[in-house]
Amino acid sequence: MSINDVLNSSYIKWMDSEEGNRDIVISSRVRLARNLNKIPFPHLLDQANGEKCLEQIRDAWKKSSGSVLSSMDMVTFDQLSALDRQIFAEKHLSSPMYAASNSSLRAILVNDNGSLSAMVNEEDHLRIQCLLPGLQLGECYSRVQELDDEFEQKLDYAFDENRGYLTSCPTNVGTGMRASVMLHLPAIQMTGQLNQILQNIGQLGLAVRGLYGEGSEPVGNFFQISNQITLGQAEEDICNYLQTITEQLVEQESLLRERLQTDMKYQLEDKIGRAYGILSNARVITSDEALTLFSAVRLGVDLRILKGISLFSLNELMVAVRPAHLQKRGGREMDTVERDIKRAEVIKEKLTFVQ
Amino acid sequence: MFCEECKGKPATVHLTQVFNGQKIESHLCEECASQKSGFIFDSVNKFSIPNLLGGMFGANYSMQNVSTISIPSKCPNCGMRFIDIRQVGKLGCSECYKVYEQELEAPLRRIHGNSQHLGKIPVRGGEKVLIRKQIEVLKNKLQEAVKEEKYEKAAEIRDQVKQMENKLS
Repeated sequence: MSINDVLNSSYIKWMDSEEGNRDIVISSRVRLARNLNKIPFPHLLDQANGEKCLEQIRDAWKKSSGSVLSSMDMVTFDQLSALDRQIFAEKHLSSPMYAASNSSLRAILVNDNGSLSAMVNEEDHLRIQCLLPGLQLGECYSRVQELDDEFEQKLDYAFDENRGYLTSCPTNVGTGMRASVMLHLPAIQMTGQLNQILQNIGQLGLAVRGLYGEGSEPVGNFFQISNQITLGQAEEDICNYLQTITEQLVEQESLLRERLQTDMKYQLEDKIGRAYGILSNARVITSDEALTLFSAVRLGVDLRILKGISLFSLNELMVAVRPAHLQKRGGREMDTVERDIKRAEVIKEKLTFVQ
Repeated sequence: MFCEECKGKPATVHLTQVFNGQKIESHLCEECASQKSGFIFDSVNKFSIPNLLGGMFGANYSMQNVSTISIPSKCPNCGMRFIDIRQVGKLGCSECYKVYEQELEAPLRRIHGNSQHLGKIPVRGGEKVLIRKQIEVLKNKLQEAVKEEKYEKAAEIRDQVKQMENKLS
């Protein structure tokens, strides 16, 4: 799979969820922020320094003897259409905030299945991430470390003995690491415990966000939980801590799901059946409505109330109904109304296909 | 009350600074205050992330050690002044962390509850750090050896420590 394949298909590695806790934990991600020594951070970059930074990173990639880095593909933002840049963001490979820029100084590196990616000259010179299905923070961490080590063989990282890896924003300094999990918590929401739990999580030094990270509102009971503190805690400890909290949330969600199934069987099945009914018959549907209904359908699949739909196809749908993916599939630019019609069409096709 | 600087606008900012135990109070309007101290008074966008972060850097006033710190005028590598850092909530380059080391201590503690890195050290840039950590380990071994009265071994370790310390200098 090359960069073009990643752009043209709706598949990407984190969607492969079939077993274990993967119905509640959709995906895990570990991201590292790195900068080059003495080169001004991206928000201060002029053309000359920007090119210098990009060239050093391109060189590290081209000349890398490491098996991970050399298997990645690299492309600068000016070589991509606005739509393609948004596609990367919708797939969670790059940050949505920077998708609008067509700067030749920005670039993205992606491996063959999209599990590893790196952004150049975003908020920091280099941001590398590993994104995997289900709860696999440890695996994400070790794979992102591998890539980091391969980059480091060629790059002179900005590092300070006391402050750790130096980042443009002081909220990332130290490990430069942000570990996060994407969770689906419909039962916690339905039983009215959500606010309390989210508040507690905040007090534990973790941040709760929506599907698309910073600045996105939670929709459809999908939440992203990540560490806030990056200085004074070792990478493994940050991962373990998030893992422990996530496991507790999964346990609570599972417990409440069981309770719902025994205490409110009919209401639950009604809600799920209606959601499926709307999704498979709608002709015009907004993104928020679709996500809210996906949540109920997903719960139905998890609880074996709805059969014949795979979690994979639901994961794929969550991305396939985003604006850029719809337009890519339609082969043209579309306004909101056109997208709502196309969205309903895509959902109908995918959901009936699997039935 | 009117602003002490321009004497035209009402004073809405009341600043108390303590220099060498001496309290100085100033009463300024927003405009003069922002010029004078680099404070952020952007009434339109007060709660944007950079501003909130910038605020984290700004609260150093009225701490007793203010007078002993002379803030460097700007980072020699990228030209960022500490005022700029406060305004955008971001540092300019890796050197800023050294130049403004003292100013950053308190904000980093506020953000992370900590100001000392634990965790991964890069092999290249972190060579010296790695050596220093190894020296620490060796010194501990040295003490143990002395305690156990294994003087030959202790001498050996001492030589190793010396060798490593030479590498550092």
